[in-house]
Amino acid sequence: MAWLSIVIFLPLVGIPVLLLWRGMTDTHARILAMVVMVADFVIALGALGAFDPTRSGYQLVEQVPWVRSVGLSYLVGVDGFSIWLVVLTTFMMPVALISSWSVTHKVRMYMGLSLLLETVILGSFCALDLLLFFVFFEAMLVPMFLVIGIWGSNRRVYASVKFFLYTMLGSAFILLATLFLYFKTGQQFDHASFDIRQMEQLSLAAITQRWLFVAFFVGFAVKVPIFPLHTWLPDAHTEAPTYGSIVLAALLLKAGPYGILRFNLDLFPEASRYFATSIEVLAVIGIVYGAIVAMMQTDVKRLVAYSSVSHMGFIMLGIFSLTPEGVSGAVVQMVNHGLSTGLLFFCIGMLYERTHTRDMAEMGGIADVTPWIAASFVVATLSSIGLPGLNNFVGEFLVILGTFSVDRVLGAVAVLGVILSAIYMLWAYQRTFQGKAPERLRGLSDMLPREFAAVIPVVAVMVFIGIYPKVVLDRVNPTTAGVVRWVRSVHVDQTGLPGGLRAVVQPAYTPPEDVAVAGTVRASRGTP
Amino acid sequence: MTPKIDLLPILPELILIGIGIVVLLGGAIVKRAEPGALLAISLAGVLGAAAASIQLWNWHGGLTVLAGAVAADRFAVVARLVILAATGIGLLYGYHYFERSGEGKPEFYPLVLFAASGMTLIAAASDLIVVFLALEILSLSLYVLTGFSSRLGSVEGAMKYFLLGAFSSAFFLFGVAMAYGATGSTRLSAVSRALAGQTGSQALALAAVGLLAVGFAFKVSAVPFHMWTPDVYQGAPTAITAFMSAGTKVAAFAAFMRVFNVAFQPLTLDWMPLVWALAVLSVVVGSVLAIAQTDIKRLLAYSSVAHAGFILIGLSAPGQLGMSAALFYLVSYAVMILGAFGVVMLVSARGEDRTTIDSYAGLAKQSPLLAGLMALFLFSLAGIPPTAGFIAKVRVFTVAIGAGHWELALIGVLASVVAAYFYLRVVTVMFMQEPADDAEPDPSLLPRLAIVIPAVATLVLGVFPGLVTGFLDTAAVIRW
Repeated sequence: MAWLSIVIFLPLVGIPVLLLWRGMTDTHARILAMVVMVADFVIALGALGAFDPTRSGYQLVEQVPWVRSVGLSYLVGVDGFSIWLVVLTTFMMPVALISSWSVTHKVRMYMGLSLLLETVILGSFCALDLLLFFVFFEAMLVPMFLVIGIWGSNRRVYASVKFFLYTMLGSAFILLATLFLYFKTGQQFDHASFDIRQMEQLSLAAITQRWLFVAFFVGFAVKVPIFPLHTWLPDAHTEAPTYGSIVLAALLLKAGPYGILRFNLDLFPEASRYFATSIEVLAVIGIVYGAIVAMMQTDVKRLVAYSSVSHMGFIMLGIFSLTPEGVSGAVVQMVNHGLSTGLLFFCIGMLYERTHTRDMAEMGGIADVTPWIAASFVVATLSSIGLPGLNNFVGEFLVILGTFSVDRVLGAVAVLGVILSAIYMLWAYQRTFQGKAPERLRGLSDMLPREFAAVIPVVAVMVFIGIYPKVVLDRVNPTTAGVVRWVRSVHVDQTGLPGGLRAVVQPAYTPPEDVAVAGTVRASRGTP
Repeated sequence: MTPKIDLLPILPELILIGIGIVVLLGGAIVKRAEPGALLAISLAGVLGAAAASIQLWNWHGGLTVLAGAVAADRFAVVARLVILAATGIGLLYGYHYFERSGEGKPEFYPLVLFAASGMTLIAAASDLIVVFLALEILSLSLYVLTGFSSRLGSVEGAMKYFLLGAFSSAFFLFGVAMAYGATGSTRLSAVSRALAGQTGSQALALAAVGLLAVGFAFKVSAVPFHMWTPDVYQGAPTAITAFMSAGTKVAAFAAFMRVFNVAFQPLTLDWMPLVWALAVLSVVVGSVLAIAQTDIKRLLAYSSVAHAGFILIGLSAPGQLGMSAALFYLVSYAVMILGAFGVVMLVSARGEDRTTIDSYAGLAKQSPLLAGLMALFLFSLAGIPPTAGFIAKVRVFTVAIGAGHWELALIGVLASVVAAYFYLRVVTVMFMQEPADDAEPDPSLLPRLAIVIPAVATLVLGVFPGLVTGFLDTAAVIRW
């Protein structure tokens, strides 16, 4: 069964209905989008069920030649990393949709763009053909640009254009590197293709690998975002409507680390080792910088946006520790950040809808009026700062464990980031919710049933992952073990820097049979 | 010896000119000729010419006919079909445009047909003299068409176009003379053979290359010969701008590819730097200058300059690969620009009323269909997937990298990011601002249907480019 194709393209089914149904009311449109998204989630769970947790290679692969003359094929598949991002996407999209239930401006277009966005995000997580990935990756910009620019707040146009151009500039380098790799496959194999399984077998000189690594990395680093390429993010997150913020934070940002895991590590193992330390330093700067700037904010949405910069730093740190614990932790953390930041933005959206302000000072004490929103915010906050028993703890712990095993100083600074996050998040809670509620906030409604319907599942999943992360880790670990072994195994002859890196050392990507579980493999990074 | 006369390969041109004369006489003889009837006859002529071109796909005669003056290859067929499609849509636009503006004259239809015959002929011309003749046929018709309206801008544009065009024609003709001096022939194949056999100084031939390149660069609006483009695009009636921007670009590039890849094929290493420089200048200058524009037609004009640069990036790969990529780009460009100018025409409502970017404020509210179509065309021009413009850019960058010009690809992708900014600006104005006044766009249905054709083509080429790449790859071989 073509699980992935159905998951990817099911949302598009709603669009013709939205376009052509003349008498459709706004409520119809919302319900239609909701039904489609929930159905998509159910199918994604089916795909998760069909996924074999013991294997590390690509699964559920579907391949159809698409444009023969260009070597482009419709090639999708998932491994232990992307399957979780697929599930996360289909899970968070309905949640995000509920946050915008009360939008009344151009509802049909809104719903249409949401469905389109879901398809392109899912497509980019599943594509194994590099150009196909790029198509989805770049196509994400348009619906998001429109969502921010049409439904955002005051400075929305500025924020949307900035978002678009920043990301497009980054992806320009990805496109260039992609075409270069394509050209190389044409030279080294019997026909050129964008299939990354084939590209993994290219022999590239070390210096070429490094340039290509940088090109891909810059593109993805904008998306992550990695300090100092993060400046679009606070604007985009803050100006976007709640729906946009949730999708941006929970899903779009994940395309960055996902791309680095999938493409940078797999295609350029030697360069990954070469640049690992520099990137870890950048990641740690991002962790601390994001946390400190977050502390200074008075706008609660901006605060959460900067906290994302900090949290994404953890993910990058985990990936470039190049240890099984670190990489597994980073993947788990991608899911966790999606859940907890998504919930934070959801709570802020609920508050904004009621108070029409994002200024923490103006809301102070609102917990009296809206206790349930406050409670949800507390759970999200505690998760975000890594309280044991909630989801983030698992990921951050693994990331720090992995980092410590390669570099104690960086690990120590990263721990500092955890402490800082506790400070700014709890302080934000205090400033927003505690104290005496001002008179003008009296009489606001607390959470509505539909909002409970969004919050309860998210909290349930957060608790579940916090208590029993094995479900996630069991599926991530085999892939992690394969990737880490791959990155470490490829030698480069330091004297000659010859071509033939991967082809010489390891003829093809062979997933290891023995499965290492995070925490059991312990080795330090470095040229083997 | 009189050469064997084989007219089938120029049947498309004969049909176009014949119908053009019929329409011209009809318009003159019948007082108050019904424009609808003239349109119908003209469209029938275009369809006939298209049919005549298609049957040439499986031509079994000689490579060239009429003493080597006209080629009968698939390259010409593809170029002709694109030009004829642009002509058909241009006629539909023009009919509508002049009906609404009240400036309609029956001469419009024959002039478009004559221009189209020049464009199709130049795509097939395999003798420098015929290239020049065709160039003049299309140019003279376009000069008149540009000044077709009595507005000052239109007349001014026509004058500029004519004066600068006359210069470029002179350059071109001088280049033809040099080529003749260097090789003793104007036939492309003979020029090529003569150059391949030459040793020693090739100064004359190189001068010919330079002068002909200037002539072509003028017609395709490559920097630094692009100066006329914004004024003419802005001044000409929008329907004619649409036809001209798509048709001239395809025709001139087709001739450029044929002349340089056949006649001057032995000098490829010498003219490649020229293409390189024109490409870089065009993408950079076109993209940067477009940012400063406040008028949508001027903006599209500068974007057209930038697109000429992208096509030249494709041509930096010699031979079939480059030509195939460039042909795909031309097809995509033609559909995008036809669609975009179609929307501009409808937003103007009557004549040239509302062409500033500001007047697009809130278009999404006034006419969601037009705003949606315009957004599609602009995103495609910007090269965002899944549109024709994306695949076109991927193809030209791929062949450029394959030919070792990765620096061209780098400049190209960076320029596309700059270009994305000004396309986005129009989108933000349309979707994210409130209408400034209550002027409504033209509500007519017929031109909307005409715009849907390029819109569908933009998406289909973007999602299933394989439908045409097969044809283009076979067409991108020029034998001589």
